[in-house]
Amino acid sequence: MPPDATLPMSEARIRAISGPVLHGLARGPFVVGEAIEVGNARLPGEVIRLDGDAFVAQVYEDTTGLKPGDPVRGTSAPLSVALGPGLPGRIYDGLLRRLDGGDAAARPCRGSPSCRRSARQRRLARRGDRRVRGAGPASLCMLPPGVGGTVVDIAPAGEVEADATLAVVRDDSGREHRIAPFHRWPVRRPRPVTQRLPADEPLVTGQRILDTLFPVARGGRAAIPGGFGTGKTVLQETLAKWCHADIIVYVGCGERGNEMAEVLDEFPRLVDPRNGRALMERTVIIANASNMPVAAREASIYTAVTVAEYFRDQGLHVALMADSTSRWAEALREVSGRLGELPGEAGYPAYLGSRLAEFYERAARVESLCGREGSLTIIGAVSPPGGDFSEPVTSHTKRYVGCFWGLDRERAQARFYPAIHPLQSYSVDASRFATWWTAHGNDNWQRQREKLLALLDEQAHLERMARIVGKDALPAGQQLTLIAADLVNEALLRQSAFSPVDRYCSPARQSEMLRLVMRFIALSREALARGMSPDEIASLPVLRRLQRMGEEVGEDAIASFAALWPQLERELAAPGAAVAETGDAR
Amino acid sequence: MHAELTTQGTATRIDGPLLFLERNVEVTLGEAVDVLIGDEPPRTGRVTSLDDDTIVIEVLETTRGLSLDALRVRFRGEPISMGVGPGLLGRIFNGIGQPVDGGPPVAAVSQRRVDAPAMNPARRALPRDFIETGVSAIDLTNSLIRGQKLPIFSSGGLPHDRLAIEIARHARLRDARAGEFAIVFVGIGVSYDSAEAFRRAMEDSGALGHTAMFLNLASEPSPQRLLAPRVALTAAEYLAFDEGRHVLVILTDMTNYCEALREVSASHGEIPSRKGYPGYMYSDLATIYERAGSTRGAAGTVTQLPILTMPADDISHPIPDLTGYITEGQIVLDRALDRRGVYPPINVLPSLSRLFDQGTGKGYTHADHPALAHQLFASYAKATRVRVLASVVGQEGLTASDRRYLAFADRFERELVAQEGARHLDESMAVGWRLLGDLPRGELSRLNDAQIARHVPSGPPSERADG
Ligand SMILES: Nc1ncnc2c1ncn2[C@@H]1O[C@H](COP(=O)(O)OP(=O)(O)O)[C@@H](O)[C@H]1O
Ligand SMILES: [Mg+2]
Repeated sequence: MPPDATLPMSEARIRAISGPVLHGLARGPFVVGEAIEVGNARLPGEVIRLDGDAFVAQVYEDTTGLKPGDPVRGTSAPLSVALGPGLPGRIYDGLLRRLDGGDAAARPCRGSPSCRRSARQRRLARRGDRRVRGAGPASLCMLPPGVGGTVVDIAPAGEVEADATLAVVRDDSGREHRIAPFHRWPVRRPRPVTQRLPADEPLVTGQRILDTLFPVARGGRAAIPGGFGTGKTVLQETLAKWCHADIIVYVGCGERGNEMAEVLDEFPRLVDPRNGRALMERTVIIANASNMPVAAREASIYTAVTVAEYFRDQGLHVALMADSTSRWAEALREVSGRLGELPGEAGYPAYLGSRLAEFYERAARVESLCGREGSLTIIGAVSPPGGDFSEPVTSHTKRYVGCFWGLDRERAQARFYPAIHPLQSYSVDASRFATWWTAHGNDNWQRQREKLLALLDEQAHLERMARIVGKDALPAGQQLTLIAADLVNEALLRQSAFSPVDRYCSPARQSEMLRLVMRFIALSREALARGMSPDEIASLPVLRRLQRMGEEVGEDAIASFAALWPQLERELAAPGAAVAETGDAR
Repeated sequence: MHAELTTQGTATRIDGPLLFLERNVEVTLGEAVDVLIGDEPPRTGRVTSLDDDTIVIEVLETTRGLSLDALRVRFRGEPISMGVGPGLLGRIFNGIGQPVDGGPPVAAVSQRRVDAPAMNPARRALPRDFIETGVSAIDLTNSLIRGQKLPIFSSGGLPHDRLAIEIARHARLRDARAGEFAIVFVGIGVSYDSAEAFRRAMEDSGALGHTAMFLNLASEPSPQRLLAPRVALTAAEYLAFDEGRHVLVILTDMTNYCEALREVSASHGEIPSRKGYPGYMYSDLATIYERAGSTRGAAGTVTQLPILTMPADDISHPIPDLTGYITEGQIVLDRALDRRGVYPPINVLPSLSRLFDQGTGKGYTHADHPALAHQLFASYAKATRVRVLASVVGQEGLTASDRRYLAFADRFERELVAQEGARHLDESMAVGWRLLGDLPRGELSRLNDAQIARHVPSGPPSERADG
């Protein structure tokens, strides 16, 4: 439904103000959740609580300079954003106002969306055409959900202003709707879909540890918890660059301004390997840096997910990166504290869990109103204080996500990236992807995955033992297990985000690398049984080639993995066995 | 806003740093005030909340000696600001920006709000220029980039002051393209002695002329600590963006800042978050640290080197923890290294420079610099794990290769981290390559074959002259 247009505009004045929270006295009805304009500068705000004539509201900008008696105007609409063509490729603040206006201070263009945006529209509809509700971009533009019918008038093709009338649509009850390129949608209300579909295909991320061990579904949800400096942001940026999505919504929520600048600087120069276009063209950046107003931080997450749903509704695969959901939770806590609400665990309001649940619930694979399939995958970073995963935001998040990619301080300190700890991570989605991998050239993925996880588990166990008895005292078979696990870590799990060769790893390349490592493990077991010592195995030249193959064999050279097979067979072969016999035993 | 207004006889309550007035004048949120009593110097404060009947003022100095009847409040009609202009360098100011060196007031060309609006992320210039500090454990593995905010996490009794002074003295671009740094030193709740030591060190090296100092001494009121870094950064921004200088801001000790924040928050009756610190401490610290950097088109930059002491040496304490979440890395000093006589006692593993990959390598430093650093990290991390193992099972329980790592760990600390006098990056790199020569070559998986052939000395350590 479009925002309710039947409410009368109301007026009020400020009674008390402190930080971002104001108390007002209303003349006329206000609605909880209504967007308001505060003071003579018309700062944006939102009503949070009503009590008779009195109300409480939060203000989304710096409140310095406000005073009791200043006017407050209602807008008769809930906090909404304007959705339309031309959103990607730009940076916005938490209320979807453009930040690339050229002002050195983070002051958004005022009165958006009336800052001139125009959209090139192709004339694809004709008078008399039937348009269903929420029709997608291949028609004239998104009809807002809730509007559908017959096109009775349509503007000529060409450039139009953001608020121009593109068409008039008459619905079945005979009511006419003016259709503009943009329509407003309340950020806190999920956009409707025809139906939710099962999320049974993976969102390819190009990161081996994720795609191979902990894959996330298109329409799934994943969390990246980690202490400071463990690699949350770099991982989110890497996913934003290379994951197989049509649209990326990247929300920097309470994080560094420089990181936003970096995305703005880098993405236009990077090319999407799947279609040759600049990555920036598929990216919407929403920034509420840590030094920007805290109330807008709370809104920024909803703004981002609403923009993401808008593209999903057009039948696109969308991935939303939220860095960091903890800052959003802290913004909730701060406003809650100022409202004098009873604090729960660690000072967070009691509704923290349900807010997180609502947010992650907006991820889905769907059939949209226009009948197309789209998906929205949500990937949220979590910044636990002291890196302690038992704190409230991490533990609540854990209940709602299907993938948990836990970052480990020790790995990060050894500069082993991505520092995802395989034993502290999981993917519930993984069980559904065996068929997908079979269709993409690896019919053995599920077994390989299970073996790898078992091997890494065994490694942890053996390392604990070695700490008691010494590594030398472990039986040869167990020493070999440690060598194999080291190889899995070095060759498969480690992948530098900054390496032009290895930053993205296609499913085909992953499968090749996986097969080589599995073959090494099998052959080295046989060699050990024949009497080769673990030390001899550890110093085989092929081991170094395998460790470095991610760096040495790029996407355009997948065929040259084949060169490693004979070397592998030769160095681990039984004495006298001819290489040719085992050369293609894969 | 309005012109100056003064009110008397309206004060109803004084509670810690908070002063409550009846509201009979039109004032606005965030406005600066002077609290006057008798002919004492005015005390600075600001309006923190307002309702129909009441004005709440946070006094940024002591409220001792104030009486409800006698005090007068002058509203300045604008938020707290600082007058900036030529002639800031070479001067010493207190925490609210008044000269304390006996010199004349600064001829201000403009008044700037001390809590400047956030820098627009869309206008930021990415920091890229490598700064050579002369410290191997920084230059080689955790490099400082112009426009970065890189704190030193220290602990009581460790030589962080000495390290900061040395960095301030040596910091330069590798190719001396641009002039030297201007230094802004911000003492927050520091002792007179350490402020004086810094001043003397700058004087000795002839750098006092391009240094401005802002001092909030330990003996001065703690609420003023909230102001000192903001006043100093306002000056630094003027030097950087109006005068086009590269400014290195040293803030010490941010722990004192956070203590003051906790104190003031408690007096407001706010619900505390972890360890009694306010829930908004993250956002509050961000308004200081995020003032590092530069905008596109600006000639100058602001680089921050905040120093903090970790309470109980605990890196997960809210002060270092929240700082680490905001800053672009951290340099961690370590008591065990200090005890072993390693200076500077930088623990390389938990240290991090997030801008390392952005400001090193081809076109910035040396093409093989990043690979060398990553290999040193990987090897040293493994070596410290072996060291833990050895402390449990003894050297006998180690494999031959593990024993080489054990020796590497010691040499890494004694020969690379420890140093006397400044080193050029090339010298630091040479030490790094030499140390890697002691390790099994097959395990140098972060280096490619060509890098090994080019730089890593061959042969087992015992057969080499330097071994
Ligand atoms: N996948 C990666 N590849 C290479 N370097 C990484 C990777 N992840 C993290 N890093 C390094 O670690 C640093 C910190 O990562 P970052 O994502 O900023 O941490 P967080 O967001 O968790 O605080 C980065 O500046 C980068 O140097
Ligand atoms: Mg981050």
